[in-house]
Amino acid sequence: MTPLVGQVEIRDRSEGGGCVAENGAFCFDWAVDNFDRYVTPILEHLVLVTASVAAGFALAFALALLSHRRRWLVPPLIAGTGILYTIPSVAFFVLLLPITGRGTITAIIALTAYNLQIIYRNIVAGLANVPAGSRDAGRGMGMTPGQLLRRVELPLAVPEVVAGVRIATVSTVAIATLAFLAGAGGLGEQIYSQLDFKTNIVLAGGLCIVMAIAFDLLLQLAQRLLTPWEPAQIRRRHAAGADDVLAAPA
Amino acid sequence: MTPPVGFLGAFGDAVEFIFNPQATRFTGGREVGGLDQVWDLTVTHLEVSGVALGIALVLALPLGVVLGHAGRGEAFAISVGNSVRGVPELALIAFVAAFIGFGFGNVAIALMVLGVAPILTNSYVGVRQVDRDAVEAARGMGMGDLQIITRIELPLAVPTIMTGVRTGAINIIATASIAPLAGVLTLGDFILARNVYGDDGVLAGAILIALLAMTVEFSLAGLQRWLTPRGIKLARERAAA
Repeated sequence: MTPLVGQVEIRDRSEGGGCVAENGAFCFDWAVDNFDRYVTPILEHLVLVTASVAAGFALAFALALLSHRRRWLVPPLIAGTGILYTIPSVAFFVLLLPITGRGTITAIIALTAYNLQIIYRNIVAGLANVPAGSRDAGRGMGMTPGQLLRRVELPLAVPEVVAGVRIATVSTVAIATLAFLAGAGGLGEQIYSQLDFKTNIVLAGGLCIVMAIAFDLLLQLAQRLLTPWEPAQIRRRHAAGADDVLAAPA
Repeated sequence: MTPPVGFLGAFGDAVEFIFNPQATRFTGGREVGGLDQVWDLTVTHLEVSGVALGIALVLALPLGVVLGHAGRGEAFAISVGNSVRGVPELALIAFVAAFIGFGFGNVAIALMVLGVAPILTNSYVGVRQVDRDAVEAARGMGMGDLQIITRIELPLAVPTIMTGVRTGAINIIATASIAPLAGVLTLGDFILARNVYGDDGVLAGAILIALLAMTVEFSLAGLQRWLTPRGIKLARERAAA
């Protein structure tokens, strides 16, 4: 099986003519002619990122709500998700193999574990940074704790929450290149399949970076739509503070 | 039907691989694994990561601190940190291997980039966050810029700076796992050369890399506690109480 794949690769590469034979830095013609072989990896990559960020967000959100009225839960949850975050992705993908088997689900589990820490931290920080005055005003209007959360605290926390999701998404696009170790394909599989072919590395790596930027812009737009009351200046400050929030010592 | 804890056997075999050299069906009688090889790969892993982190510290820490002290270059310091996060590790190492060449030095420089970003951003933010009143008080006592940096800003910024160093170290150690693709044999070799080490070796590599990362993380967390001035710790405890 493997030698056959090798033969196919060699034949395909010789089609590009001189540039490919010389392994030039970037063979534009080859890239245009062979772009179709990058479509499936792109889609696989998109699925990995979208599914794991969505799962990470849902979990982090649930944990944040759980610990919102039980502050003592925050330190152990940060420490627990932090340990998951410390395990290098290379190792994480492989460690799951005997338990969940090879495949997309395994990769999504590992990627979700990474998002969890980043997003959870930012939701907690966002809720904690809600001005006491806004809370008091809400209570003064007769809001119950649930109403206060839904109508005052969560909306005001949106910028930090989105900042966390942005960091998580951009990181996940990068880390998902290693999902091939769990047999989940993606652009990393494409890079790994032809490691000595420069055009392939530039193209597949470039597609990852473009995907990360696209996700980032999309999420920025989402934040603007979710917080129409925020003037641009404050928004910039929040965006700049993104690292600040992540950098806050545990 | 396999029992629900069947995977424990796989982990048992992986641990066996770590401690005892064995001939797998892939190696044609040659023995692989065992503590000697584990030790060799661990040393290389730590060497290449250590050199990368060292260079990153020398470059990024002074720059971040000086920028933070002067209050300049915020956009630069923050955006460097944010943009490097989007660089795919696999593409980075593959790029080094294909364009720059194999070898320890090339890999170390590529890994360094991953360390520079969080250290630069966090030293900038850490110094910037220092209470301006404390800085003014120091100035009023007659301290110069250098004294303010070394005696006021740096100690107060230790927790944030160390968070950046830890993030950088973890990024570097994680990415050093795929350094064998560029000819530097780290613990990741067990994972990437599955046709040599077999599934036991792959899993053993993952266990070792996870342990290595956690050991480094806990050591640096300890270092952070040791470096943090007592005043900050007391203030934290009071705030928590």
